[in-house]
Amino acid sequence: MSLFLIAALPFIGAVFPALLIRAGRNAASLSTGAVTLLALVGLLVHAPAVLRGEVVTSRFDWLPDLGLNANFQLDGLGLLFATLILGIGLLIITYARFYLSREDPMGQFYSYLLMFQGAMVGIVLSDNILLLLIFWELTSLSSFLLIGYWKHLPEGRQGARMALTVTGAGGLSMIAGMLILGHIAGSYDLSVILQHKELIQASPLYAPALILILLGCFTKSAQFPFHFWLPHAMAAPTPVSAYLHSATMVKAGLFLMARMWPVLSGTDLWFYIVGSIGLITMVLGAVIALFKDDLKALLAFSTVSHLGLITMLLGFGTEAAAVAAVFHIINHATFKAALFMNAGIVDHETHTRDIKLLGGLRHLMPVTFTLAGIAALSMAGIPPFNGFLSKEMMLEAAAHTDWAGVAWLVPALAVFGALFSVAYSLRYIAHVFLGKKRHDYPSHPHDPGPGLWLPPAVLVTLVVLIGLFPNAIATPLVTAAATAVTGHEVHFHPALWHGLTPALYMSIVAVLGGLLLLALHRGALAVWNNLPRPEAKVIFDALVRGLTQASRGITDGLHNGSLTRYAVIFLIFTMGLGWYAFSTGAFGPETHETLPITAMPLLGWFCLVGSSLCVVAFHHNRLLSLVLIGVTGLMVSLSFSYLSAPDLALTQISVEVVTIILLLLALNFLPQETPRESSPARRIRDIAISVTAGLGMGGLIYAMMTRDFAMPSISEYHLANSYKGGGGTNVVNVILVDFRGFDTFGEITVLGIAAIIIFAITEATLGSRVRARLLNRKPWKPLAGDAHPLMMVVATRMMMPIAFMVAAYIFFRGHNLPGGGFIAGLIAAIAVIMQYMASGFGWAAERQKLPYHGIIGTGVLVAAVTGMGAWFNGLPFLTSAFGYVHLPFLEEFELATAALFDLGVFLAVWGAVLLALQSLSRYAWQPGIASEHPMDINPERDDAEIEQEGH
Amino acid sequence: MELLLASAVGILTAGGIYLILRQRTFPVIIGLSLLSYAVNLFLFATGRLALNQPPILNKYAEVGYTDPLPQALVLTAIVISFGMTAVVLMMALSAYLASKDDRIDMTDSDAQGGEDA
Repeated sequence: MSLFLIAALPFIGAVFPALLIRAGRNAASLSTGAVTLLALVGLLVHAPAVLRGEVVTSRFDWLPDLGLNANFQLDGLGLLFATLILGIGLLIITYARFYLSREDPMGQFYSYLLMFQGAMVGIVLSDNILLLLIFWELTSLSSFLLIGYWKHLPEGRQGARMALTVTGAGGLSMIAGMLILGHIAGSYDLSVILQHKELIQASPLYAPALILILLGCFTKSAQFPFHFWLPHAMAAPTPVSAYLHSATMVKAGLFLMARMWPVLSGTDLWFYIVGSIGLITMVLGAVIALFKDDLKALLAFSTVSHLGLITMLLGFGTEAAAVAAVFHIINHATFKAALFMNAGIVDHETHTRDIKLLGGLRHLMPVTFTLAGIAALSMAGIPPFNGFLSKEMMLEAAAHTDWAGVAWLVPALAVFGALFSVAYSLRYIAHVFLGKKRHDYPSHPHDPGPGLWLPPAVLVTLVVLIGLFPNAIATPLVTAAATAVTGHEVHFHPALWHGLTPALYMSIVAVLGGLLLLALHRGALAVWNNLPRPEAKVIFDALVRGLTQASRGITDGLHNGSLTRYAVIFLIFTMGLGWYAFSTGAFGPETHETLPITAMPLLGWFCLVGSSLCVVAFHHNRLLSLVLIGVTGLMVSLSFSYLSAPDLALTQISVEVVTIILLLLALNFLPQETPRESSPARRIRDIAISVTAGLGMGGLIYAMMTRDFAMPSISEYHLANSYKGGGGTNVVNVILVDFRGFDTFGEITVLGIAAIIIFAITEATLGSRVRARLLNRKPWKPLAGDAHPLMMVVATRMMMPIAFMVAAYIFFRGHNLPGGGFIAGLIAAIAVIMQYMASGFGWAAERQKLPYHGIIGTGVLVAAVTGMGAWFNGLPFLTSAFGYVHLPFLEEFELATAALFDLGVFLAVWGAVLLALQSLSRYAWQPGIASEHPMDINPERDDAEIEQEGH
Repeated sequence: MELLLASAVGILTAGGIYLILRQRTFPVIIGLSLLSYAVNLFLFATGRLALNQPPILNKYAEVGYTDPLPQALVLTAIVISFGMTAVVLMMALSAYLASKDDRIDMTDSDAQGGEDA
């Protein structure tokens, strides 16, 4: 089976339990199991080749420019981990089916589990570190869902949050580290990176990359001082704990250290960080585990301790230690998963996990006792079980490790840790199963059905078999995995008896010491309870609280709901940037000749500046400021006209008309005066800011206008090709509909969206209680006596066809002379608005049959379809075509697809302007507004009757 | 000439920003319009100024043309700024109608969810 499929199967399969849960819990668990089994079989098909030393790969260039390739590879290490993930996954799925109660949503559980499984398989099979990072983050997310599965429990939610925070933060630092590593090696493909040991270790960026990557590994694998999240994650259902904390999640960090071992290890930095942290974690975890009364907490800290052990072995950097680490990964996964499931059985049957309430269970639960006994003895490192073998190898490696010149330190601490390990492992047996039968269990315990004890039994069988026949069962896999880790052929021949080595003596000391410690447990506990200990959760919570408060403080300071404040911050920052750019950049001499100032422009300048200053000065009178800004707009339009921009002048003047009408309509509903409420200090501040900004903008454009282009502009191309390539002489229009047609297409879409937003706001407002207020509104001034003056009605109706004619004329000539779709759309809109104004909303709306949304949509569609037409000729989107046609009796004329595109622009602009104005007009509608028959010549109506009513 | 245009841009910008910093919706919208005039003139002027040289190709004579590209950009910008003004105006109007207040800054009670929320 392709490696893609193996990694993808769990994700695809995650759909099944979510759907099949409707067919019952068996269907959900069977489908989950089937998916996992399929992936496992697909994996094991490759096993013979991998065990021979081959590497199976699947390559797919996903985003090669970014170095992100969906490359997968399967070597010994990947095989080892993938087998653990899928194999133990299968057992957990079986176990969970019988563990979860009827109230728990099992479909969700299995979906989360499969997503998590897929992410883990993805990590161990990735051959690209960017891909690996994606899967890495996915494990953090999916484990969050699994740990917080019991959403109703606050511990579950807090534990999930803590796990996500710690592992997520580590994941972020890991991203940084991996990017640095990829930068050093020049590739993000693992297989390439692993070839460049010397290059990477010689780089000055080696230390930061190493530390960042290790932060990710340590947080994931719960190494000191990040170990605290793991015990809190025990609030999850036991199947989750058994899966995440024996074989998968926490092993991801170890996997990555092992994967990167060939390039990152072997330096002093690696030894002192990884070795020391591992050693501390091993000892600390073992000591704490002994004093925990909660079964799962004991196992959690024991997990922390064993993870520390493996980390330490990887940290030693020697080949023998790496082999021991790989071997212990297998052994730990088997006995720890079995023990977690065992703790779950005890919890399930006795309804408590408190060791103080337990004891004597061996009489009531013989099967459970047997399984727990073997697994715990293996954890303690007692022969002939597999834990003994790897622990001996660990002690052997520790015995030969010299820490900063102190030869006894590492062996002594290793024995100390092993001693506590023996003590807590035996305590699991002695204080839970041995002793007298009690009569005060919270429930009536007895052995569960095979659904619960079979999965751990499978693992316990492995514990025994690996212990007795290590060479037959474990050697091929361990050799292949260790070869992949070290990059050399390794020889691995474990044996229960290997002579009187220092490791054996250390083991004996640890076992005897552990027994003694267990006997003295009560006294040791009293000592422990009197020791001052920092509580990690309190520190973590305080840290999170502090960070939350700090970020809230910053957010509230910057973002207090005052638009003015945002504007001020933005303006000052922008001006600062501008000043910085100006003071650090080069500023050449004036090269561009300036135009002389003549009388007309000077007059125009006075009007423009005068009107805009008046807008500011009289802004408290809103109507007056509106009139004045109309003048400003007109002057701007004239400036365009004067400065050789006829298209802009036409557009500006027509936009000006509709904008002013819109603002006038709105002002009808708003207060007519703006109160004077700014303090003088505030006014001075605002004047200072705005004058500075004005000086900056004016100065900048003056500097630009008095200098020539720094490099040739692309405008030359447009001028040269407008007629040849676009078939039009109005270069601005050709740019709009042809050269930069895609921009224009985007812009009419945006305009259409804006109009539809306005429509939506109107609908929402009119659907609320505002409508009643609008209907009962009293005019703030007496209305004009004649709502629809005869003169205006007649004039606008006469003008309508003429205005449309002008629009059509402007539209058609646009390609060659000033005009085009934008301007024509605005003119046509004004023609209709005139009818609304003169004859009333009701009258005009009745005659307007086409919905404006439809017109906008048609416009955008016409433009899009025109653009797509080019595809049929094998050309890119929006390539235009044109030709010249000669019909009898007519001059030769041009037909261009650009005109069709411009038609789309026309429709979109027309519809958008009218939809905006029409929406606003709807606010004004009140019952009884005289708009029923304004000046309509209708023979069916009896005007005399209306006349009489009026009098 | 350049000086006239540059000073006009500066004055329009200053006026626009001053009005944007007011505390009621209507002056802010007016200020936004002034600022869009300034920005449009600014963009237009990046093509440098020219008299009587519209970018309309003359088939019969060799004449100079002004830079057409900024004009095309400004043309769409003018239309888009209409759309923007219209949306902001509708938001301001609806907010005023709903809350009978046209202040733009949140008061403390708004920040805590407001009485209407």
